[in-house]
Amino acid sequence: MDFLNAVVVLGNFVFFPALTYGSQLALGALGVTLVYGVLRFANFAHGDSMAFGAMVSVLITWLLQGMGVSLGPLPTGLLAIPVAIVATIILLLAFDRLVYRFYRRKKSAPVILVIASLGVMLVTNGMVRLLIGPDERRFVDGERFIISVREFKALTGLQEGLAFKTTQGITIMTAVILMVLLFLFLNRTRVGKSMRAFADNEDLALLSGINPERVVLICWMMVAALATIAGTLYGLDKIFKPFTFFQLLLPMFAAAILGGLGSPIGAIVGGYVVAFSEVLVTYAYKKVLKYVLPEQLEPTGLAQLLSTDYKFAVSFAILVVVLLVRPTGIFRGQTI
Amino acid sequence: MNRQAMILYACMGALLLGVGFFQSWNVALAILNMGLISAVMSLGVNIQWGYAGLFNIGVTGFVALGGLAVVVVSMPPVAEAWAAGGLRVVLALIAGTAAIAVSIFAWRRIQAGPRRAAAMIAIMVVGFFGYRWIFDPAVSAIEAVDPASTGYLGGTGLPVLLAWPVGALLAAGAAFVIGRISLGLRSEYLAIATLGIAEIVVAVLKNEEWLTRGVKNVIGLPRPVPYEVDLQQSPGFIEAAESAGFGAMEASSIFVKLCYMGIFLAVLLALLWLCERALSSPWGRMMRAIRDNETAAEAMGKDVTGRHLQVFVLGSAVCGIAGAMMITLDGQFTPTSYQPLRFTFLIWVMVIVGGSGNNLGAVLGGMLIWFFWIEVEPLGALLLDTATAWLPDGNPIREHLLDSAAHMRYLTMGLILLLVMRFYPRGLIPER
Repeated sequence: MDFLNAVVVLGNFVFFPALTYGSQLALGALGVTLVYGVLRFANFAHGDSMAFGAMVSVLITWLLQGMGVSLGPLPTGLLAIPVAIVATIILLLAFDRLVYRFYRRKKSAPVILVIASLGVMLVTNGMVRLLIGPDERRFVDGERFIISVREFKALTGLQEGLAFKTTQGITIMTAVILMVLLFLFLNRTRVGKSMRAFADNEDLALLSGINPERVVLICWMMVAALATIAGTLYGLDKIFKPFTFFQLLLPMFAAAILGGLGSPIGAIVGGYVVAFSEVLVTYAYKKVLKYVLPEQLEPTGLAQLLSTDYKFAVSFAILVVVLLVRPTGIFRGQTI
Repeated sequence: MNRQAMILYACMGALLLGVGFFQSWNVALAILNMGLISAVMSLGVNIQWGYAGLFNIGVTGFVALGGLAVVVVSMPPVAEAWAAGGLRVVLALIAGTAAIAVSIFAWRRIQAGPRRAAAMIAIMVVGFFGYRWIFDPAVSAIEAVDPASTGYLGGTGLPVLLAWPVGALLAAGAAFVIGRISLGLRSEYLAIATLGIAEIVVAVLKNEEWLTRGVKNVIGLPRPVPYEVDLQQSPGFIEAAESAGFGAMEASSIFVKLCYMGIFLAVLLALLWLCERALSSPWGRMMRAIRDNETAAEAMGKDVTGRHLQVFVLGSAVCGIAGAMMITLDGQFTPTSYQPLRFTFLIWVMVIVGGSGNNLGAVLGGMLIWFFWIEVEPLGALLLDTATAWLPDGNPIREHLLDSAAHMRYLTMGLILLLVMRFYPRGLIPER
């Protein structure tokens, strides 16, 4: 019984939160890796693209809530996502036309594009702050839990409860569906294959008649959709605050590099590895140990490896290990 | 210095004089002093980017380490805190370093394979728990010592100017570790690694109260120059001020700022001279050759990664000096003020606008962009205020726009960066 209680505590505070966070990170890292694969630069504006998409979702959600529209048990924010995706696509395509295309045509060094992406990041961030302000915004509504602690306890008779939030369920489901769709697109459709060919060898792709501007266009559209969905899900599950998306850059890049920059499957694996390490290292195990250890061995402190203030140190440590041991990432040699 | 540079510097001087005549000399000198510090920072970034094409977006972290040096060097030691757990903290830090050293040794000595992985994990786990076992009680003991006014170890009580080279050393040490790990790989890896180290440095400064008092801030740092209050009470100074036509209050404040200006100018000129000498030496030629064509330089037998590491460490050290100078000027250490926008992206705008690869350009960019950073917000607020004056007070749109004036900075900085890169990529004073 004690052992089951310990498992439930771990599930409630470690497994499901980490799975949710990992799904969000994986979607974010997929965006980073797609830009890297097709456009060949590290896009530092990706965090703020997520912030922009999520911001549009928040605004539309408020509008819908004002009109009295709701999805019943599901959060209204889901209805806002399609509009937010369109807005983010327009924004990213505008940046591509106005900023990136010039350097792409000039065949500038990747680092120039990276600096340009910093400029884009600042502009996007400024727009988000001007439109919605720098404060925290909560926009989740509908049924809060799929299974609440009380229901779980009544169902199983255990001392500890397992809460499974609606937003967690939605995040994990959406991430799985999107990943399947993405792989079907990349491996089965003509456009997806031409994208992979372009990422693999630009010259060869051009020779076989692939239109590079079309590949770039589709890439940005996919990136915008991924960023908006990831950002909105993150905002629904936790809270929307412009600055947090800048802080997500490090875990997202750590995930993409761990999996191998340019490899979609790598980004997904990386996202979950980073999320699970972060949660496992910063979780206070006192409650778990209370059930597993005999009474005299119970810890006096929180039994926490690292304070949550240092959760970024976990992504950083993963990054350092990857750079030292296997700089190409887990799935090396593969591009999309 | 060619004609273009001279004209631009004259314009910069005229801007400051204008502020002096129309606003106040105090404001003009305050802008100049921070401008000089910004110039040192952009000199540091220019060493990395302009000389070697290294992309550092963790400037904030190196600047913050410089600030930490001021606290650690100049504050008086807290004897009670040292008695409570000072030696134990030192012991813990030594143990932590030893664990890392042992793991590096094991990594080099044991052949790759499951045995090495097991050994590494064992060393790290034992090292980590050992470190925490020594460290944790010491920290709670130190932080319990009079938490309202101290609650930290204090510093060494040495003269504050000594903190500047120490700041350079701290920043250089961090840069060496980061550079060793991420240089020689794809260029983006350095950028991401520096982004990470900056976030971690700031998190450490915010949370390790035994070292920096964290968010409780360290105030009243010693100064290398006299205090205004003392000057206002010295009869000789009052007399001199009156003969120059100033009140004692204003004169004392201006005098202190002039003293700071003298020190900062000396540091900046010394660094500038060193940079110019380095750039025109064979070493500088080699650096430019490496930047322009790494493959060719490598084929000529140059150690590209080694030189990159060298230049990365040097540039970060300069950022560390600037960070220490800034905290000395502020007289207080506030870890929450280390925002990436202010200390990383703003510095990048300075370098790109000034002219990457040109030291004089970087210095000019530092002073000019700082000037606008300070003066644009009141101007922007004024502009928005007049533009929305027809709306009644308390109108939500007017309120929202006025509140957002502060966020205009992000937009403006981003736009300046993008526009200069696109239409004026060589900057105000291009590289020769």
